[in-house]
Amino acid sequence: MIVDIEKLSVEYSGIKALDDISFGIAEGDFLGIIGSNGAGKSTLFRCMLGLHTQYDGTIKFFGQDIRDSRKYLSKIGFVPQKPVVDRNFPATIREVLSMSQNTSDSKKVDEALQKVWMHELADRRIGDLSVGQQQRVFIAKALVNSPKILVLDEPVTGIDQYNQDLFFQILGELNTKEKISIIWSSHDLDAVERLANKVACLNKTLFFHGISKEFFSDDEMLKKYSETSMQMHMHNH
Amino acid sequence: MTFEAVSYESIPHALISGIAISLLCSVVGLFLVLRKFSLFGDALAHSAFGGVAFGLFIGIYPLWIACGVAILSALGLSKIRQKFDISSDAIVAILLATGLGAGIIFASLADDLDIHDIEEFLFGSATIDTQSVVTILVMAGAILTIIFFTYKKLLYSTFSEEQAKASGISVDKMSYLLITIAGITVIISMQLVGVLLISALFVLPNVSAMLYARSFKQTMILSMSFAMAAVISGIFISYQFDIAQSGCIVLVAAAIFIGSLIAKGSGMVKTAGIQKKTH
Repeated sequence: MIVDIEKLSVEYSGIKALDDISFGIAEGDFLGIIGSNGAGKSTLFRCMLGLHTQYDGTIKFFGQDIRDSRKYLSKIGFVPQKPVVDRNFPATIREVLSMSQNTSDSKKVDEALQKVWMHELADRRIGDLSVGQQQRVFIAKALVNSPKILVLDEPVTGIDQYNQDLFFQILGELNTKEKISIIWSSHDLDAVERLANKVACLNKTLFFHGISKEFFSDDEMLKKYSETSMQMHMHNH
Repeated sequence: MTFEAVSYESIPHALISGIAISLLCSVVGLFLVLRKFSLFGDALAHSAFGGVAFGLFIGIYPLWIACGVAILSALGLSKIRQKFDISSDAIVAILLATGLGAGIIFASLADDLDIHDIEEFLFGSATIDTQSVVTILVMAGAILTIIFFTYKKLLYSTFSEEQAKASGISVDKMSYLLITIAGITVIISMQLVGVLLISALFVLPNVSAMLYARSFKQTMILSMSFAMAAVISGIFISYQFDIAQSGCIVLVAAAIFIGSLIAKGSGMVKTAGIQKKTH
């Protein structure tokens, strides 16, 4: 396992956001994390990325507890939920990619941009791009340091269908050709069924983790997912 | 109240220190402007004024007291902001008002205070001695070197705190570094433009540059050029017309900004950068 999560629990002001979550991620996995709003997907990602450190349980990347060292972050590429880019931020796409790079090797930047078909726009301002294009830039940014794992938090929210399809195609290629493990949270069950080989279903607790085909062919499980999503929706409103 | 114009003898010192300060303010100011912290320099300067007045009150060289007060109060408020959900503009207002309030109290407590000393810090001085020029050059060189070596991390944490954190950058350390650097920059720039006008050197050249530039590097180079042009022209205008140096520098910087706005708004200059609103 390249990621091991054991008995992970998180509370915000006495309210459980995650309750006793345990699962692992193997090398080459394309894991879709599904769950409605408030199910704990973003909290799980925040813990995994060291952005939230107040939790019980352990998270291990490559066999090492992330509380002991932050070096694991150099092997992870993160694509946020929605790129919050100031339209007037004076930076070109090339500059945005170079920010996270440890060296000044522009070849790596060009290669990463080619993988997401954005190399022709390298000298455009980041703020001039559409949200879909910005998300592709952020994948390229995550790829610059040759990550072993890509973590994507609902990356296609608010993106048009054409750019979503393009985005998913890129993810599929990165997983199969580049052998990058992918952890991806989504509301889109169709996309998860189509792309992910594993599924983790969250509802503050983990009520399914396993092979994607097993989940989507199990009517009982799908019914349970639908019911818990409805409960979460009612609870949130 | 006396507003000093530059004398012929003091032009070389004013030019050398002015160029160093303009480079420093435009580089440090760019990070502040992009973090939506444009008035932070102003707030630091006002808290430094509290330190200056305290230094004059207790009879210790006021600039170093001011430096300590400005940095410690800014770091303290930054720490409070991390723990509590207080907005940046509120932090700026707190720092600004508290610094000025403390300054007024200490100034009023000092019986033998020479009002000219306070004026120098409020409005800048046209006479910068050799020792101060050396201090300005050394400090500017040191700060620009630090920025050169931390440039990528500072830029990344300015661009996106969340992504910078997720890539392993200590965003808090970068914030503290920027605050400390900004504090020292304010202190050494106070002699040239004074407490009340300092934010002009942080903000005006950078916003003018952002109207034209496509990239971060272009913005930085343009901003440094505008700041240098403002300082050099301001010093010569002050000498030529026998008017206050700090005001001249700031008004030239403002003229560059207004000229840029007109050029961009009228379509005379078509570049990347901030565009005119279409609705």
